[in-house]
Amino acid sequence: MALHFDLLWTFFKIGLFSFGGGYAMIPLMKMEIERHGWLSLQEFADLVAVSQMTPGPIGINAATFIGIRTAGISGAIVSTLGVVLPSFVIIIIIARLLNAFRTNRIVDAVIKGVRPATIGLIATAVLFFAELSIFRGHIGLETIGTWIAGKGGPKLNFALNPGGCIIFVLILILVRRFKLHPILGVILSGILGIFLMG
Amino acid sequence: MGQPSLKGPGNDQPSRRALSMFFTFFRIGAFTIGGGYAMLPLIEREIVHRQGWVSEEEIVDVFTIVQSVPGTIGINSAIFIGYRLAGFRGAVAAALGMILPSFIIISVLATLLVRFRDVPEVQRAFAGVRAGVTALIFIAALKLGKKVIQGIFPIVVALAAFLALVVFNLHAIAIIASAGLAGVLHYYFLRKEL
Repeated sequence: MALHFDLLWTFFKIGLFSFGGGYAMIPLMKMEIERHGWLSLQEFADLVAVSQMTPGPIGINAATFIGIRTAGISGAIVSTLGVVLPSFVIIIIIARLLNAFRTNRIVDAVIKGVRPATIGLIATAVLFFAELSIFRGHIGLETIGTWIAGKGGPKLNFALNPGGCIIFVLILILVRRFKLHPILGVILSGILGIFLMG
Repeated sequence: MGQPSLKGPGNDQPSRRALSMFFTFFRIGAFTIGGGYAMLPLIEREIVHRQGWVSEEEIVDVFTIVQSVPGTIGINSAIFIGYRLAGFRGAVAAALGMILPSFIIISVLATLLVRFRDVPEVQRAFAGVRAGVTALIFIAALKLGKKVIQGIFPIVVALAAFLALVVFNLHAIAIIASAGLAGVLHYYFLRKEL
């Protein structure tokens, strides 16, 4: 029961503080999953991949997945409920006060601050995934952090994973330049992974 | 109680209207891969062109609003459209329709994944997928960034948010809340200067 309440509360927070859809949820989810020890980071990365390959909103897919892995179907139900609940309350309030919301300057100012921050957070998610796939071994966000902060600390010595680099660059070009559908991109990177990843 | 103001699907019974909401959003949820942004065109096709529930001008407003509040874009759209057309019952029906396909598919996959996790080919395939997903998230960040980051203020906020998480390991919620506050301060500061 305590676990169920924890899932509900955690996903409620994730739903409440993610602006900009599913991708914006990734950094927050990662933080909470690490804190609770619900999944390994590897499993979390697989979860994001699975969420992208399957239909439906990424946030809902991830909530269902984590819920089911930690507490079975009932866990999946409370996690999904948690992530949806803030939307429910906020959207219904806005639907009733539509015009006041649209023209409110404070709301507009808050959004103008939150949106770029979301981009910064999504960039950290890119780093997290890169660390698990296109670099060999563990660099650790902390290492990069101490490096940027100039605190000396552990030296930045990392090697690139050649297979991961090839897949990253290929998918980047195919999806961005040649408008390959993202789902095909994911399938292709899986097939290439079987041959290229060690 | 506020009357739903968008034109509804004829003068059906509210419960029938809610039921057709459920099935429409179930279809949308079952056939869009890649999250909320991939869903918007399908929602438009179903809600505006096929069902005629919402006009083309109104759907633009709906999309702007659902992207500017917290939560999953797909769910936000379902709740918003459901509520405006069929009240609270419509909101619940539409959200359930959107959630159910994900729920069923992920429940099955989560179980299967555990069973095949130790197969070496599966492990390598997932390693490859992680590299591919890195590219996809990178593209998403670029796309969103291009839309949002115009001018000095957004650049500063985006960089600050990135560093706050990577270097100082602040909680994402604290970062989002501070960014909202920064937006408000920026607004007042600029207005006084003018």
